Amino acid sequence: MPVLLEAENLARSFTLGRKGLFRPARQFNAVDGVSLSVNRGETLGIVGESGCGKSTLSRLLLGLLPPSQGSVMLDGAETTDVTPEEWRRLRQRMQLVFQDAAGSLDPRLTIRAQVEEPLRIHGLPLEMADTALDAVGLGGAMSARYPHEMSGGQLQRVIIARALVMKPEFLVLDEPVSALDVSIQAQIVNLLRDLQRELGLTYVFVSHDLGIVRHVSDRVAVMYLGRIVETAPKAEFYAKPLHPYSQLLLNSVPVPDPTRRKRARIVPGDPPNPADPPSGCRFHPRCPLATKLCREQAPELRDFGGRQAACHMIETARVAPKRAAVPTPDARQEEEVFA
Amino acid sequence: MTWLPVRLARAALTMWLVVTFVFVVLRLTGDPAAILLPDDIDAQTLAFYREKWGLADPLWQQYLKYWAGLLHGDFGISFRNDMDAFALVWERVPKTALLGGTALGIALFIGIPAGILAAIWKDSWIDRTIMTSAVFGFSMPNFFLGILLILAFSLRLRWLPSSGSGTWAHLVLPAITLGTGFAAQIARYSRSSMIEVLSRAYMRTASSKGTGPVRRVALHAIPNAAVPVVTVLGIQVGQLLGWAVVTETVFAWPGIGRLLTHSVALRDLAVVQCIMILLALTMVTSNMIVDILYGWLDPRVRVGAGTAQK
Amino acid sequence: MTAEANIPARSRTISRPFVWMLSGLRRMPLLVTLSIAFLTLMLVVTVFGRFLQPYAFEQIDLLARMKPPAPLEGFTWTHPLGTDKLGRDLLSRLIVGAQTSMALTLLGTVVGAIIGITLGFVAAHKGRWWDEAIMAAVDFQAAMPWFIVALAVLAFMGNSMIVFLMLMGLYGWEGYARITRGLVLSAREQGYALAVHGLGATPRWIYLRHVLPNIAGPLLVQLTINFPSTILFETSLSFLGLGIRPPMTSLGQMLGEGRDYLISAWWLAVVPGTVIFLTTLSMSILGDWLRARLDPSLEN
Repeated sequence: MPVLLEAENLARSFTLGRKGLFRPARQFNAVDGVSLSVNRGETLGIVGESGCGKSTLSRLLLGLLPPSQGSVMLDGAETTDVTPEEWRRLRQRMQLVFQDAAGSLDPRLTIRAQVEEPLRIHGLPLEMADTALDAVGLGGAMSARYPHEMSGGQLQRVIIARALVMKPEFLVLDEPVSALDVSIQAQIVNLLRDLQRELGLTYVFVSHDLGIVRHVSDRVAVMYLGRIVETAPKAEFYAKPLHPYSQLLLNSVPVPDPTRRKRARIVPGDPPNPADPPSGCRFHPRCPLATKLCREQAPELRDFGGRQAACHMIETARVAPKRAAVPTPDARQEEEVFA
Repeated sequence: MTWLPVRLARAALTMWLVVTFVFVVLRLTGDPAAILLPDDIDAQTLAFYREKWGLADPLWQQYLKYWAGLLHGDFGISFRNDMDAFALVWERVPKTALLGGTALGIALFIGIPAGILAAIWKDSWIDRTIMTSAVFGFSMPNFFLGILLILAFSLRLRWLPSSGSGTWAHLVLPAITLGTGFAAQIARYSRSSMIEVLSRAYMRTASSKGTGPVRRVALHAIPNAAVPVVTVLGIQVGQLLGWAVVTETVFAWPGIGRLLTHSVALRDLAVVQCIMILLALTMVTSNMIVDILYGWLDPRVRVGAGTAQK
Repeated sequence: MTAEANIPARSRTISRPFVWMLSGLRRMPLLVTLSIAFLTLMLVVTVFGRFLQPYAFEQIDLLARMKPPAPLEGFTWTHPLGTDKLGRDLLSRLIVGAQTSMALTLLGTVVGAIIGITLGFVAAHKGRWWDEAIMAAVDFQAAMPWFIVALAVLAFMGNSMIVFLMLMGLYGWEGYARITRGLVLSAREQGYALAVHGLGATPRWIYLRHVLPNIAGPLLVQLTINFPSTILFETSLSFLGLGIRPPMTSLGQMLGEGRDYLISAWWLAVVPGTVIFLTTLSMSILGDWLRARLDPSLEN
């Protein structure tokens, strides 16, 4: 599959607090050296705990935030560092779907006006709005409503319609369903999948919910404190995660089956303060496998047969799988595949 | 206390702008000497006066000289009677201070209790009566109120004098005129500030601890409600001075306002300049004192000082 | 999707604030209704002023001097509000005076609002030095006793309408600037502003189509606060004999003239004074009501 989007060593730092006369402004890196690529027509799921830099990364990928370092290429063409006109034209090709649907709609405008807005901005025929509204099931009289007259699921459809109306190729979905009820979540996720199939869309699906990511993604990338610690095809990732953090994370997925619920755990410990990240491997304070090496030297992403992980201990852990923090039940069956 | 130097620097910058503005604008109107002196005056006399009033130099030199004077407390000499401009103005200060002070006293004495009562009995007839009167009070133009008072108490009832400043009786009508609108504003601010405080959590805590209603209001609510009222007060003092000009004219009260209208009519540049700078200085100082008081009453403000003035 | 399904998609495009205003009319207190009525009357006078005057306002009739107004002894129906020292019809003068005062105040308010709102937007948008400079100008304007500046400038520059209008326009702009800056800074952080930016909108688009309409309410309230003080600014200056001067007339100028006849013809001062008072009062009442409706947390 051809690569549609490629991010190269992306980083973004933010300033904490105001700079004083004698007090330098403190910086922290929300995203710290992320490289990834997304193939045309696939869905890349990005998972991680809140505060790991997922939202910043999604905005960097779309160029909504200028990166402090690194670049993003769409179809081989540079998207960062372009003229404002070029940047605006790119909006027609790549769009963001927000988590906070209600907040990202202007309360004074009808649904139809909101969906028409991108067309007005870019001078495209307004009739295109009908297609988009129909596609999300909000055609006809519904589109004359105001945001406050609609439910959360309907609002999320509006956001999707607005993102789709210019017929983009690439969408970043930033926690698109986490504010919704579970039954509605399924509807929206299915809608997104149908749209992807019909329109040949490419998605980056950002979520903290491993269950949903499993449902929608072709490939998965795991983020921890501004860095990607593992990427893998979906089946392999869920079958046998390589990175100790991924293993802990998967183990923390709340399992719907009540008999298995007791085994579900949350990742022990809190994520460290992103403004003051630990030395070496950023995960080492919470990692059951951490050694002196991990405390001193940050691991690079390394290739493991079609997947990548950033951990010094993968080989060691594989030699002694019993020491792996939490082998997942499903992982055992497929262990041979990677042996 | 890092905010204090910042605040002082802002005040200094504001004063510099004020002085510059006043200086430039009053000179934009043309050569004061030519306007002031009779048309048929000979060139020599004109030159003499221009020299005397400091108008002979190029504008930027005049400006620098003016600043040099200001820093020594020298505001130049009156174009009309050769007196020191500052001394002329200073002579009038007690009268205006008396009028403004009395008006402020009236405003506080009426406004604060009225606001507190309205807040305590919010939405009752007391509240509505007080608030309706307040709207009437601050919608009443100063000069019109003065005229109505003169009509009623001086011309019809003949109880109080309508002009001059000899006795205490002379003070009554101008002080009421000047104080009414101010009282109405203070009542409104006290009310909304009180209502906000009364709804806060610590008031409910005090109530649940068994503190009686009078103690609750007196010890907990009023000190907290005072904070925003103090702020408004500082800003309003400047307006009060502006309106004092009108009030003094209506009642022929011999204060700074009268001096200003006189000097303006006579085109006495030095005196007008002096009055404007002193008034601006008063406003800047009172705003600054309010900011400092505000920071002292409410420590949270100090952190954000220097970003935006209330 | 029941009953509403029958309504054509585009029929319900009346904007929210308008519906909101209309729905407010039914529950409007009497005082507010009266205020709106009075302000409407003033607006009619402002627009049609000179067509409504029964006599030319400057027409002198020395045979009918100092006639009292209607209910008083000695009035005539030819001059319902009486006449002044030169026998000029007070009603005509009042209409023309009100027209002048209102037109100047409206212009002054609009100019002040435009300057203030624009600078507030610029300060919020550009930040850094623009923000610092504009806020310094705001501090400066707030520290200037502007009424006194106007007094001096008018006295020194003479009777210039342009200068007078400029002074009125500059009066009170800092209030709009301060409010706009604060509102824009917070509105810009709203999700919808960020979202529309992500759709490819220019800052101009976002400000004009999303931020401005959403902050219009508080700005409208500021307008109702600013309007009364602007009309007082005009009338006070004219009252002191600056600003509007004969042969033109304004409410303040009439009041100033009438002050000299308090003993013999008190109505010459009281009638224009009452009109000024009612205008500021109506505007304040309307402003309070609007504010309460816009922000229920402000009760009042």
